[in-house]
Amino acid sequence: MSIAAKFEIEYLQYLDAEGQQVRDALPEFAKNLEHMVELYKLMISTRVFDAKSVAMQRTGKLGTYASCLGHEAAHVGIGSAMKPEDVLALSYREYGAQLYRGVQPREVYMYWGGDERGNDYQNEPARHDFAWSVPIGTQCLHAAGSALAFKIRNEPRVAVCCIGDGGSSKGDFYGAINIAGAQNLPLVAVIVNNQWAISVPRKIQSGAPTLAQKGLAAGLYCIQVDGNDIIAVRKAMEDALERARSGQGGSVIEAVTYRLSDHTTADDARRYRDEAEVKEAWAKEPVKRLRAWLVAKGVWDDAREEAWKAECDEWMDNEVNAYLQTRSQPVTAMFDYTYAEVPADLAKQRDYALSLESK
Amino acid sequence: MAQITLIEAVTQALAYEMAHDDSVVVLGEDVGVNGGVFRATVGLQEKFGPLRVLDTPLDETTIAGVTVGLATQGMKPVAEAQFEGFIYPMMEQIACHAARMRTRTRGRLTVPAVFRAPWGGGIRAPEHHSEANEHLFTNIPGLRVVLPSSPARAYGLLLAAIRDPDPVVFFEPKRIYRQYKEEVPDDGEALPLDVCFVLRDGTDVTLVTWGAQVKECLEAADALAEEGISAEVIDVATLTPLDFDTIAESVTKTGRCVIVHEAPKTAGFGAEIAARLAEECLYELLAPVERVTGYDVHIPLFRLEMKYLPSVQRVVDAAKRTLAVS
Repeated sequence: MSIAAKFEIEYLQYLDAEGQQVRDALPEFAKNLEHMVELYKLMISTRVFDAKSVAMQRTGKLGTYASCLGHEAAHVGIGSAMKPEDVLALSYREYGAQLYRGVQPREVYMYWGGDERGNDYQNEPARHDFAWSVPIGTQCLHAAGSALAFKIRNEPRVAVCCIGDGGSSKGDFYGAINIAGAQNLPLVAVIVNNQWAISVPRKIQSGAPTLAQKGLAAGLYCIQVDGNDIIAVRKAMEDALERARSGQGGSVIEAVTYRLSDHTTADDARRYRDEAEVKEAWAKEPVKRLRAWLVAKGVWDDAREEAWKAECDEWMDNEVNAYLQTRSQPVTAMFDYTYAEVPADLAKQRDYALSLESK
Repeated sequence: MAQITLIEAVTQALAYEMAHDDSVVVLGEDVGVNGGVFRATVGLQEKFGPLRVLDTPLDETTIAGVTVGLATQGMKPVAEAQFEGFIYPMMEQIACHAARMRTRTRGRLTVPAVFRAPWGGGIRAPEHHSEANEHLFTNIPGLRVVLPSSPARAYGLLLAAIRDPDPVVFFEPKRIYRQYKEEVPDDGEALPLDVCFVLRDGTDVTLVTWGAQVKECLEAADALAEEGISAEVIDVATLTPLDFDTIAESVTKTGRCVIVHEAPKTAGFGAEIAARLAEECLYELLAPVERVTGYDVHIPLFRLEMKYLPSVQRVVDAAKRTLAVS
């Protein structure tokens, strides 16, 4: 038998569920414990932020909200590996990556609170990132297009897209990795496989044993990592970003994690999945293992944890207040950004809508 | 000065803008070495290289989504859908992102892109190659829908479309791609978007149309003139945002209106114009508004397609019906 091509998919993990180091050689960034503490702190603040968001939805202060509970290592790992000049195109729950890149919690609240200004991120580098993409998978092609722009202009920048296990079934995802392979684009596609696309489990999305291997068909570098292990996510991201930046092409990273929350606040996951499965997933969640590792290294303890959580609470309360005090946009806002200039015909509708305001 | 066809005017506009603006790129299927299946991009890859004139993988969704990505990063992409009938996979990216990006980010990100597509029937093409579906796009806010009807307007409007800060769907009536030539100076002068062009002045009836049907309407006006009927012909050119004032002014003058388009009748863009006339010009009308359109069927394969497309005779008959009402 002759073989036309042969492939394998590496699986990467540094920390197991208990926070035990399963590989001896740590990547450079992980040797900097101060930095690892910073990443841990952001995972905590992401979780505090997320709990606050869900609570606000439950009390009628937010619309439907998509929680990121359980994804903290994957998202912070993605965001922290990127350079400021890179571009992030995400779906709608990657807050850990976004907070790292300067998105303010009040902006997230505004978006899910029904105000487009939440997409107008004020801080760099998030300011040049894409806004949340609700139509599943479509953002992958925006990242591919951005990567093409970087290649055309010969800029050492990388476009990163995040997608879920369900999203990796979409043609937009396949199209993005396909053109990235064909044109050798600086694209890193991260499949954050949280096992559930609303009520549909991972095994119904694809017969492939890994989702990472989808990238093989496109000619990309592929790896599967423990998505609850931030060291593994960050390392895979750094490698993929470096490859892309140095002209060696795109990558697909599958970060295997678990959606500990409902799909959104409008969903009730108890309808379709076993409590036992969720309980098992909680045992592998990302925050606990990193804490155990940092505590063992002597750079973290309960007192610091309590102090930081208190700081996060204060931060989020501040953000919540800022959000709640934001006045609605004037009715004219819906007209004013539809085109660069309001066309004459649309201006008449704008005038009419405005006239209703004074009645 | 050279006389050129409509398709050559498209090429001339692309070449001009690419030479004067490094951010302009062309992408699509077969746009590179082959110069496009209609030769709209012929010679461009030789001049501007394989990255600025990019042969994409054969996936319309990819073309549209990559176009959105390029445009948000400071490029001005001109994407080609090889035929209008193949544009459907692009619609999600156009409606959900290209046309929506500015408003959903409050102007932080924008999509100054052009989506070109050879449009309409009448060239004895295979199935799915003859669609006219501009009305599916005119209901999408944030988008411009533009149809040129002559070499000069193809050149001037395409330049304007590329320079426009918002996304433009640019439908090229392929039936008249090579129908006639005219002088089109390669001077980089754009024509205005968002305005109708009055191509022929008249006093008795207004013929409102766009794309390839401009030809039928001008011929109908000639035929009507022989019978002493004076028809004004308006090329709408930019369907949305609509310059209704020009149409209203004309219909106020003539009191009669025939709207001509080759897309199906029901909920075609002619319905919008008729509704606006009813809302704003009812008391100026001397006769019911007439529509001469494709039927509410899929455009048939080419043995029957000319029976589907509006003919000069149908336009003349409709104009006369409006005049029969005193």
